[in-house]
Amino acid sequence: MESVSQHPIELLRFNTCGSVDDGKSTLIGRLLYDSKSIMEDQMEALERSADITGGGKVNLANLTDGLRAEREQGITIDVAYRYFATPKRKFIVADTPGHVQYTRNMVTGASTANLSIVLIDARNGVIEQTRRHSYISALLGIPHIVFAINKMDLVDWSEERFREIRDNIEDFLPKLDTFKDVKFVPLSALEGDNVVTPSAHTPWYEGPTLMGHLESVHIASDWNLNAFRFPVQWVNRPNNPTDKTLHDFRGFSGQIAGGIVKVGQEVLVLPSGRKSFIKEIQTFDGKLDEAFSPQSVTLVLEDDLDISRGDMIVGTDLLPGHSADISAHVCWMEQRPLQAGQKYFLKHGTQTVQAKVISLDSRINIQTYEPEPHPAELAMNDIGEVRLRTAKPLVFDAYTNNRLTGSIVLVEPSTNATAAAGMLRGPEKVYQPEYDDFMI
Amino acid sequence: MSSYHLDHLEYLETEAIHVLREVAAEFERPVVLFSGGKDSICILRLAEKSFRPSDIPMPFLNVETGHEFPELIEFRDRRAEELGAKLIVRTVDEAVEKGLATPTPGQTSRNQLQIPVLLGAIDEFQFDCCIGGARRDEEKARAKERFFSFRDSFGQWDPKNQRPEIWNLYNGRLNPGENMRVFPLSNWTETDVWEYIQKENLEVPNIYFSHERECFFRGGQWLPVPPAHDGNGTPDPYEGARPTKDEENRTMTCRVRTIADMISTGMIESPAECIDEIIVEVAAARVTERGTRADDKASEAAMEDRKKAGYF
Repeated sequence: MESVSQHPIELLRFNTCGSVDDGKSTLIGRLLYDSKSIMEDQMEALERSADITGGGKVNLANLTDGLRAEREQGITIDVAYRYFATPKRKFIVADTPGHVQYTRNMVTGASTANLSIVLIDARNGVIEQTRRHSYISALLGIPHIVFAINKMDLVDWSEERFREIRDNIEDFLPKLDTFKDVKFVPLSALEGDNVVTPSAHTPWYEGPTLMGHLESVHIASDWNLNAFRFPVQWVNRPNNPTDKTLHDFRGFSGQIAGGIVKVGQEVLVLPSGRKSFIKEIQTFDGKLDEAFSPQSVTLVLEDDLDISRGDMIVGTDLLPGHSADISAHVCWMEQRPLQAGQKYFLKHGTQTVQAKVISLDSRINIQTYEPEPHPAELAMNDIGEVRLRTAKPLVFDAYTNNRLTGSIVLVEPSTNATAAAGMLRGPEKVYQPEYDDFMI
Repeated sequence: MSSYHLDHLEYLETEAIHVLREVAAEFERPVVLFSGGKDSICILRLAEKSFRPSDIPMPFLNVETGHEFPELIEFRDRRAEELGAKLIVRTVDEAVEKGLATPTPGQTSRNQLQIPVLLGAIDEFQFDCCIGGARRDEEKARAKERFFSFRDSFGQWDPKNQRPEIWNLYNGRLNPGENMRVFPLSNWTETDVWEYIQKENLEVPNIYFSHERECFFRGGQWLPVPPAHDGNGTPDPYEGARPTKDEENRTMTCRVRTIADMISTGMIESPAECIDEIIVEVAAARVTERGTRADDKASEAAMEDRKKAGYF
C-alpha cells in the first residue's frame, strides 16, 4: 500500500478580503473547485440551488456562504473557514466579509493568517475598502500580502489597467511597510484564469498563478524564535496520594509564545522576578531537550517557586516590557463607542485584568493613514491609538515583535462582548531585574 | 531536532492542546462530549496530552438516542474506564419518560430529541462548558463556528452575532445560565483526524473497518438493518426504521465513515481493513463525510437550524 504522506506538510493560513461583490467567495470556490476539493454531494447541492435561484448557473460563492441569511442577501456575514490541500501544502482559508459593518470579522480572520489576499475589482480599482483591508493586514502583522486584481475579463485583460491599479497600490504601500513580500496577480475568479491554471489572456504577466504563489511562498520563518516567552496556562499538580513521584510533581503547562527553551537554561519568572533553571521539558510523548514556539509543553523548574496562571516564564536575555501603563492600536468592534474613562476586562496571554481607558490619542484616517489627534470616541470599525492603565502590570512585547505576547482583547464587563482587538506598542522600558545579583 | 518547525498535524495538535488547557483554567464545570466516534477519540488523546501526569480534570458525557451501534457503546465505556474518567450517560428514553423531550409522531430518528437531553444534562450538572469534536470542514454552518461558541441561556447559537475570535485569546466569559461550546478540532479535516489516529496509534471501534452487514436502501443511502426485536409485548424501538418489502436489502462489505446512530448512519461499501487503507479511501473520496448522514439531508439549512436550537 502506498504511503499517503511521506514528508511533513506545511500549513499555510490565509484570509481573503475585499469589498462586497469583489468576488471573494467566488475566488475561494474557484480554488476549491480547481484543486478538486469540492465533493460530488456539494456540487449537487450547488446545482440544486442554481436551478432554483440562479437561473441554472452554479454559484461558487454558495460554497462558503453557509448561513441562510447570507444566501438570502448574497453577501458574506461571518468568517467562513475552508480547508483544502494540494500535494505541496495544506491550507486554512478564512473568507472574511467585505461589508463595512462586518469589518470586525475581517480582523478575526486576519489575526491568525500568514498571508492576506486583498481582492480588487479591476473595473473599480482601489477603493476605500482596499485601503482599509491593506491597513488591517499590515496592522495585524500579516507577513505576506497578495493583491488579486479580479474580473480582468471585464476590462478585456488590459495590461494597462492592471499596471494602473498596481501603481495606485504602490503609492500607498510604503506607508504600511510591514510586509515581507507583496504580489500582484491579474485574474478572473469566475472564469478561473490565473487562479490555479495560467491564463492564455495574460501573455504580459510573468508571475505565478495565485495557487502557485500560495504553494511556494516562504513561511517557515513566520514564528518568532528570538526571545523565549512562556505564558503559564495551567499548573499541573497531580497531587496523587499513592504515587510519591506524582505527589511532588509540579509542572507549568502552556504554549510557547516565542523563542526556544532548553533543559538547563536559566529563566526568569515574571512578574515576581525570581530566577530558576529548566529541569525538565515534559510532554505526553516523553521528555524533550528543547522546545520552540508554538509547541505546547509542561516545564519543570529546579526551584520550587510560587507560579500561577497568568505569570510569564522568559529567557534572561531580550527581556519583555513590564508596565501597567500601555499604549495600543485598537480596532473597535462594539456598537457602544469607546471613550476615555471606560473600564473593561483586558485579556493578554493567559491573564485577564481590569483596564481603564486613560486617553484616546488618535483615530486613523483610513484614506490617508494619517492619525487624527484626540478624537472624542472610537465608533465600531474605527481604528485608533489608545492609552490604557491596567489594575496589574502586564509583561508584554511590542506586537510587531511578537503577535502572541503583544496582543490584547478588551471585553465589555456587563455583556461579556468582545469589544476590541489591540496591538501593543513597544514598552517604554523593559523589565528591570532588582537586586538579583545579591539574592542568595 | 534539525529545524524549529511544526508540520501540519503538530500545528493542529498544539492549537488543540492550548484550547483544552484554556477550558480547564477558565471554566468551573467543563465536560467532554464523548460518543466513541473518531473525532472524540482524538479529543481524548489531546486531553491526555494536555493534562498528564494529572487526571483529565473533567468528566465525559454521552447522549444516547437508544439506537446506538452496540460496538460503539462497548468501546465508549471501555475507553472511559481506561482513562480513569467519570462517564455520564443520559438517554432520550429517560428524557421522554420525564417529559423533557416529546417525540414527533411518525418521526423515527431521535436526532432532534438529543437537543433537550443535552440541555437537560447541562442544567442537571450545571456544566458551563461542553467540549465537542465538531470540525468546520464537516458542514457549511459549522464552517462559521468559533473555537469558543457562545450559547445563550436557552442554549441557542446566534450565527449573525458571534464574538470575534482574535489570535488565541478566547473570550470564555459567561453570565449565569449561559454556556460555552468549545471545539478544539475546529481546524481539523477528516484526513487530519485519520492521520492523527494513525500517528498516535489510537484504537477506534471496529465498525470503522470493513465488515459484512445486512443493509437496506432508503433515501439514497444504505442503512444498517436494526437488530431483531423479539416482540414480547414491548414496542419495537426501531419501528419505522426496518426495511419494507419494497426496499432493496442485501449483505454488504461495508464500513461507517461517520457515526450517528443506526437510524441516521449510512454505510459505505468499502474494503478498507486498516487505518492506512481508510486514509487512502478518504483522500480519494468524491462525496463529503456528511453525505452519509441522513440527519443532514433534511434541508440545505438542516444543521444551522439544529445548532440554533441548541444542537452540537
